[in-house]
Amino acid sequence: MPFSPHMFRIAFMAAVTVIAATLPLKNSRADALVVDLSNHLVAITTGFTGTDVLLFGAVQNEGDIIVTVRGPDQDMVVRRKERTVGIWVNRESATFKNVPTYYASASNRPMDIIANDNVLRDYRIGLEHQRFIAATDITEIDQKAYRDALVRNMQNVGLFNQRPAKISFLSNQLFRTDIHFPANTPTGTYMINVYLIRDGRIASVKTTPLVVSKTGVSAEVYDFAHRYSALYGIIAVIIAVISGWVASVVFRKG
Amino acid sequence: MQIYLPIAEISVNIFLILGLGGGVGFLSGLFGVGGGFLITPLLIFYGIPPAVSVATAANQIVASSVSGVFAHWRRGNVDLKMGLVLLVGGIVGSTVGVWVFAWLRSLGQIDLVISLCYVIFLGIIGGMMLFEASRAIFRTRRKGSGIRRRKKHQHSYIHGLPFKMRFYRSGLYISALLPLVIGFFVGMLTALMGVGGGFVMVPAMIYLLGMPTGVVIGTSLFQIIFVTANVTFLQSIQTQTVDVALATLLLIGGVIGAQFGARFGSRLKAEHLRALLGLLVLSVCLKLLFDLVIEPSELYSIMPGNL
Repeated sequence: MPFSPHMFRIAFMAAVTVIAATLPLKNSRADALVVDLSNHLVAITTGFTGTDVLLFGAVQNEGDIIVTVRGPDQDMVVRRKERTVGIWVNRESATFKNVPTYYASASNRPMDIIANDNVLRDYRIGLEHQRFIAATDITEIDQKAYRDALVRNMQNVGLFNQRPAKISFLSNQLFRTDIHFPANTPTGTYMINVYLIRDGRIASVKTTPLVVSKTGVSAEVYDFAHRYSALYGIIAVIIAVISGWVASVVFRKG
Repeated sequence: MQIYLPIAEISVNIFLILGLGGGVGFLSGLFGVGGGFLITPLLIFYGIPPAVSVATAANQIVASSVSGVFAHWRRGNVDLKMGLVLLVGGIVGSTVGVWVFAWLRSLGQIDLVISLCYVIFLGIIGGMMLFEASRAIFRTRRKGSGIRRRKKHQHSYIHGLPFKMRFYRSGLYISALLPLVIGFFVGMLTALMGVGGGFVMVPAMIYLLGMPTGVVIGTSLFQIIFVTANVTFLQSIQTQTVDVALATLLLIGGVIGAQFGARFGSRLKAEHLRALLGLLVLSVCLKLLFDLVIEPSELYSIMPGNL
């Protein structure tokens, strides 16, 4: 489904127009906020190299917008290398519970200008306000070192964003931003929160889910390998034996 | 062109993987080696998770050994009885190896152990090969392969071992314990390093068992097929790290590369080939050693799971 940027823009504008038209009717509150995604499903196919999902929306009255995207949680082990008899070996380690497998945020202005730290912390907005606490018993200094290492490593593989992305306003009411999903995006249900902030306080929140799932051949192979692992192993061996045999027949004369 | 690997769960360049398989296939055709010891480190350098690299390389070696064994089988260069005894040891060794692999992985030490195994074995084998080949090059009056094997009826402590068996094809009457132990040891290496283990087994068969050089390659290929098949099967069940898509790509590249390598190899002298192979093996060893010794830019690593 190759959407040209042009078609995308038309679809986007059409959607925004519809939203804007229904806005006053649907929500008579002062802080109406409407949000949607260009796509609610990110399909990881055999040719998947990463993708962008367009998030767009409208506000009735002027305000600031922050978007956070959080992937499914997972426990993570962080290990530290130390030099031991001349070589670098994993020694100490710490476990972090419920670490999101993906985290990204976006805002139209720097977050610390939009809202103060207390608000951001209460709503756990932004990477620095995620509560990553090592379940392992370690000192305060180590706690910080391991936490930073966890964030740094996730950023290096592109699953945590380095800094908040930009949300652009098209007028005072319409906004959009691209959420990037790299090739190694984990599968699962993602929660996207959109915060409307006015005078440093959260005026409205909209939550929308996004599903990342494997489809097509690669999904079936993965599923098969996990569900019928013995049969998968046997098939892997048979494929190898047959192709080895074919190769020896084809190249016998050479 | 990118392709998303279903088990490794990353997107790779299809031509790069084909080229990698082709390059290693060329070298394996050139030198007459399996090439597992090159494939696995190269996949890891490329960014494929070590566990997937090792398990998938084992799967790919099944194919390359099958394609190699037919020629030897037709010429009667497979000592079936010896192969089966080695295989019994190999199956036990590789099963234990897969279990040790999973255990080390949970400890977070599998990458280190894989690297260390490579450094040690590649260092020893590469060094010996280079030493032996350069001696042969400087002593050109000696004809033949340069490999001298132990005299057949020379008695040593090996002949005092129990459970003696007669191996007609190899013309040997030795204790079955010896091939069992060799098979076990090489099976462990297959599981831990993603190699066929020919580079350990062939010298062991010649120097320790005293087998005639003619049947050594065919017999080792014969047992490697089954040991690598066992590793593929067990890794599929235990760790789900065998990537058939990756294995197939490597295999296609490998088969084609090997044909060119074999043709090119016939133009070079045997001792020159062995010296080149020795250099190659040593350089892979040094690269891995270097990575272990210099301070890494990132001291911390992450892995999903619990302690």
